[in-house]
This record gives sequence, C-alpha cells and structure tokens, in this order.
Amino acid sequence: MVAHLVRLKLRLLVNTLRRSVWQTIGLCFALLYGLFVVGLLVTVAIAGGRNDPVLTGQLLTVVGAVVVLGWWVVPLFAFGVDATLDPMRFVTFAIPRRRLLAGLAVASVVSVPAAVTLLAALGTSFAWASDPLALLAALVGAVAALALCVVGSRATTTALAPLLDSRRYREILMVVAIVPLLLVGPGIAWLTSGAERSAGPEGVTVTASGPEPAVFDALAQVADVVAWTPFGAPWAFAGAVHDGAWGLLLARLAVVVVTLGVAWWVWDRALARALVSPPHSGAGGKVRGLGWFGRFPATPTGAVAARCATYWLRDPRYAVSLAVIPLLPVALAAFGLSSGAGVGMLLVVAPLVAFILGFGISNDVGYDHTAFALHVATGVPGGADRWGRVLPVLVVGVPLVAAMAVAAAGAAARWDVLPALLGLSLGVLGASLGTSSAVSARLVYPVPKPGESAFKTPQGATVATLVAQSVAFLVVLALVLPTLVLALVALLGGATGFGWAALAVGTATAAGALAAGTRWGARVYERRLPDLLAQVTAFR
Amino acid sequence: MTAPPDPTHRGPDPAAALSLRGLWKKFDDKIAVAGIDLDVPAGSFFGLVGPNGAGKTTSLSMATGLLRPDFGTAHVLGTDLWAHPDAAKARLGILPDGVRLFDRLTGAQLLTYAGLLRGLDRPTVAERTEELLAAMDLAADRDTFVVDYSAGMTKKVALASAMIHAPRVLVLDEPFEAVDPVSAANIRDILHSYVGGGGTVVVSSHVMDLVQRMCSHVAIIAGGHVLDAGTVDAVRGEQTLEDRFVDLVGGRRGTEGLAWLRTSSDSS
Repeated sequence: MVAHLVRLKLRLLVNTLRRSVWQTIGLCFALLYGLFVVGLLVTVAIAGGRNDPVLTGQLLTVVGAVVVLGWWVVPLFAFGVDATLDPMRFVTFAIPRRRLLAGLAVASVVSVPAAVTLLAALGTSFAWASDPLALLAALVGAVAALALCVVGSRATTTALAPLLDSRRYREILMVVAIVPLLLVGPGIAWLTSGAERSAGPEGVTVTASGPEPAVFDALAQVADVVAWTPFGAPWAFAGAVHDGAWGLLLARLAVVVVTLGVAWWVWDRALARALVSPPHSGAGGKVRGLGWFGRFPATPTGAVAARCATYWLRDPRYAVSLAVIPLLPVALAAFGLSSGAGVGMLLVVAPLVAFILGFGISNDVGYDHTAFALHVATGVPGGADRWGRVLPVLVVGVPLVAAMAVAAAGAAARWDVLPALLGLSLGVLGASLGTSSAVSARLVYPVPKPGESAFKTPQGATVATLVAQSVAFLVVLALVLPTLVLALVALLGGATGFGWAALAVGTATAAGALAAGTRWGARVYERRLPDLLAQVTAFR
Repeated sequence: MTAPPDPTHRGPDPAAALSLRGLWKKFDDKIAVAGIDLDVPAGSFFGLVGPNGAGKTTSLSMATGLLRPDFGTAHVLGTDLWAHPDAAKARLGILPDGVRLFDRLTGAQLLTYAGLLRGLDRPTVAERTEELLAAMDLAADRDTFVVDYSAGMTKKVALASAMIHAPRVLVLDEPFEAVDPVSAANIRDILHSYVGGGGTVVVSSHVMDLVQRMCSHVAIIAGGHVLDAGTVDAVRGEQTLEDRFVDLVGGRRGTEGLAWLRTSSDSS
C-alpha cells in the first residue's frame, strides 16, 4: 500500500507537469528557491556550530519549533494545499484504514515542502559536526521532526475538516487569519526596539543588534521552554546529548513519541469518521429581496455594479482585501511609533488603500471564472461591463480615501500636506482603477476559484501572475509619477503651491486614466469576449 | 492549414433557427469538431445526440458565441453570429454545460442579474423572475444562495436565466442532467409550449428515449461529424432511435468476457 500510494503520488506529479510547461517551470523555481533557502540555512548553521554549537542548537530549536507549528497550522488556512491524495478518493476502495494511513503518511513526504524541510533539518544537524554523538542525535531528531510535521498536519486538517467544510466557518477563519499575519511586522519592530532600549523586563527577545549577553540569556530561556513542547522537542535531542543529560534526552524522546502517537491516533479517528460521513455543506445564509440589485439603476451597467458590490462583501476572495483596510492604519501607526519614524507613517495609508482598492479588480474576469459565460452569452456591452466593475469601488473608494487622507493629515499634524495627499490618493485610485479596467480585459491569470481559500495560489500560475501584476503596477506607477513628484516636494517642505498642483494633477490623472482605461478596456473586451472565456475555462 | 472544403457548397439557410456551416475546432492536437453542417428548422424541437466526447458541447458553444470556431459560420435566424454577435445573441437563450454560475447571488438575484444584463426594464425583470421561479419549483428557495443549491436546482436556475429575455431560440446543453423527474416533466411542458408558441429548442442529451419522445428533429453526431440529421421519424426509420444510434456510431461489443463479474460463478 505504501509503495502504491507513493507511486501514485509521483505519477500524479509527473502528469501535472506533462499538462503544461509553465507548471514544470513553476516547480523548478519552487525547487530552486527551496534549495537556496536550505543552502543558506545549512551554511549559517554549520558556521554557527563551529563557533558555538550550544547557542546554535538553541536557535535551531526555536526556529525548528516554528517550522513544525507552521506545518500544523498553515494548511488549516491554505486549505487544499496538497489534496492530491485526498483520503475521500479512496472511500470506495475498501482499503484497511491502517494501511491507508501508513501509505498516506509516507506519500505526503513526497512533496516540495516536505523535501525542503527534510533537507534543511538533516543539513542543519551538521551544526553538531564537532560532536559525533550529538550529530547522530540531531539526525534522528531531524527525521522525527519531519514525521511530526507530516502526521501533525494531517491530524489537524483531518480533525478540523468538518469545521472547515462549512463554508461559513472557513470564510470567517480566512479573514481572521489575516490579522496575525499583519501584526507580524509591528511585532518584530516592537521586539527589536525593546531589545535596543533594554533587554526588556522579561527579557523575551529573539533578535539582537550586537552580542548582548541579556539577549543570549533570553534565547536560552526561550529554547529551554520550547524544547519541552512537542514542536521543539525533536530539535533539542542533540543539545541534551551534548550536555550528557541522558535523562533529559529520554524525556524529550518521550515527548516526541507521545505526540506522534496522539497525532496518529487523532488522524486515525478523524479519518475513520470522515470516511463514513462525507462532507456536505450545511444550510447557508439567506438574503431576503434583491439586495444591491434593487438599489442600483436597472441597466446592464447597474446590474454589473450591483453584482460586483455583492461580491466585494460576500466573496471572501474580495472580502480579504477589504478586511485589510481597517487594519492598515493600526499596523502602520504601531510600526511608525515603535520604529521611531513617528506618526508620519500614517500619511502612506490613504494612497496605499487607494492602490489596494483599485488593484483589487485587476483580474476581475479571472475571479469570475467560468461564471463569466453569462456575460458572454448575454453579450453585455464592453462599456457596461468595465464601468459596472469600476463603479462600486469608485463610489466607496473616493469618500473613503479622502476621509483617510484627512484623518492621516490630522493625526500627523500636517494639515499643510492635505492637498498633496488628497491629490496623490485620488490619483492612485483613478490610475489603478483605469489600469485594472484595461489590463483585466487583456491579461487574465489563474486565481483561487470561487469558494476556494483566498490564500491558495493555483499551481503553475506564478509566472502569468507575476507578468500581469508587474505590468499593471508599472503602468500605475508611470501614470501617477508626476503627481507623486509634486506631492513629495510638498511633503518635504516645498511651497504650498506644489500641494495644490499635486491635487490638480492627481485629479486630472484619475479622470484621464479612468476614461482612457475603461474605453480601451471595453474595446479589447468586446473583441476578445470568447477568448477571455476560453482562457478562464482553461484554468483547472 | 486551410479550411476543409464544404462538400455540399450550400450557403447558410436564412429561414433556419440555427444554421451551421463547416464548423471546425481543434484543441491543441485533438480535433473536437471536424466540419459540422447543420440546419435547425425554425419551430422545431431539435435533439442533438452523440456519444461522450462527440463534440456536442463544442459545437453548441461555437453555435452560440461562447467559443470562437477555427473555421465555419453560424447563423441565428439569418444573422451571422460571429459577424454580428449582439443582434444574434439577443435572440438566443443559452444553457451551457459545465460552467459556474455567479453562485454568491440568491436565485432571485441571479435571475434579476441575467434579465438586467439583457437590457430588460425593472418591472419586466421582476415579473418574469417570479414566474420563472414558480415554474421551476424554486419559489421557496428564492432567497437561498445558488452555491447552496443542489445540482438539479442549479440546472433549473441556469435554465430559467437562459429564458428570461424571451429568446426566439433556446440552446440547452444537457438540460435534464440531475433534474428530478417531476421538475423534468414540468420543464418539458414549458419547452413544448414554448415550441408551440413559435420558439425553437435545441437540446443535447445522451438519453435516446427522451429525445425520441420529446423531439421533432434529431441529429446524431460522433467524432466531430454529423452522421445523420432530420425528423426523428426519418432518422430512426423502423428502429428505435437508440438502435439506430448504436448502428451508426458502433462500439457495441458482445457480452462475453467479464465472466468473473457473474457473482453466481464465484461465491467467495
């Protein structure tokens, strides 16, 4: 069974590669990137090990614990990352569960993330090269860590699958997941600044600008605690051997074995339950009446606008970018205050929000996926389609961005730059909306399909995505460049005239870009209508 | 690569509801449709049958403006679809197979959306939405998101959104798949009265029995070619449509082999 499933996994991988050259290139890039990271890690670890194996070991324990934790938690949000061997597909084959489980466990090692993790774990073990016995313990620990990663991630995803299957929970979870991601930056800034001012009251810091003993003490303390958790224990085998603490080694070994056993048991139970109760989506929400369709004008343009407004609020792929907006000022203010840049950072918020909003529709047809067939079948005029997608963003975006500019100028006590800031924000909004309208009719790239996790990146999409997004970004940048220069001069203390000039140029840029972008977009859209549908149909 | 010559050299029939000439489509190195000529008479209930992978969906997509043909033309009631898509599409109602719907909308919202996209005014859209929801037995689920609909309900709401602008020609790809028998009977009644009122219906299906009972005309396609077309009675002759289909398409094999599948021969 194990050999069967591993062969199946390899065959599936090869077949995916045969379907498209881009996927092969994507995989090569992923592998190269992974190898680069591994190489870097291993080099640093070996160099560190030659200097001070104990300290390096402590650092590896902490980093390794984060990796294991990542394996356990990340798939919950990026659901469907590796569903090539979805256990549900084996339901009809009546395979004894124990053999299925063993096969799935080994087969899930055959993947780029698992290979990279294993290589990195084995490679960094050589930090203990000076102590052969510790090295052996580290190698054993590396394999144990990979087992923990794989089995643990299967256990969490399978056990929580019923929860994740309910659309509502998954969507809420996805939006919530953004919050800690956004707070990582300010968190690190806060920690570093804490380390710079003093070692902090508790001394819990992980980064240091120089060899401060307080920081190393803190690291030792953290590593000590982490080594007792299931995530850190396998990485701390070598340290215990090096210290000759055989009791400690046994205890850490016990932690790993018990965790593996529990994770295996949880996976087994959860799989047993999942196999007999196939997923079903429970009763979803209801909306009475027509919603936005009753409020927008009864024209094709109004209908597209109403549909897009509904989607911005109800489709998590759009809602994620909306959820970021209220968090941005908080994150930027925290970052500005902690890093010493001051509340001046807040001035960036309005143009940034304008860009996020405007860029949000740069692949709108890709987001529609094959539902776009309705637009093709009904023969919606290009102008109606383009403007319908722009209008909801414009109607919400202009007042929102203006209000943010005013609030930021007030908070930073820089009322003198308000005109410049307004001009820049409106210019960015108009330029990015206009560019999106034009680009989304020409360059379509795969995105998560409706109902999939907003964090999932479709395989083989990297290159197409990169090209489309860089083109759009460069065009927006070129369009707002004059406004940006004027606004910067005003911000850095130029005459007030520059601010008003920025406002005038920014507004003109916005109007011009919108008019030209939607016009050109509409022409391209009408010419390429069936080709656009063929492109999104090809995304599987 | 040049267009294969049209063997009959007939121009498109301007009176036909749908007139296809020399439609040809190649995907990578697989020829899906190899020169289809077909006339769907106005006022007919036309069945398109063929084995899996025969090119039914590809042909219908090219006939309705969803897929650009490599060669060939499609005329809808005398209008060249690929030359004047807007005029032709206004007369067409399409139920494509295997595409998503805007499923974050409720059933009522989706029908409203389709109606407004067709340029209908609000009172008309509201009135027709109600009538279609009732006719499709979806009135109770009007406020449920389409994503939470069952497969059959999804088919029905897609069918309703293809009919909301009162098209002259309905092109339906596998309209009865996953639809329960009661709803299927209701939909058949709706389609029959639509044909009775002068409309034209084109359906694709694998179910020969259904096509024989329901349709006035039929075309059998396989391997990207039309093997036979005409009234159902003319095509099937003395046989049932199913026997005629199997004769034309071939591929039936004897029942020898698979002996081990007979449970009586092995009790283990």
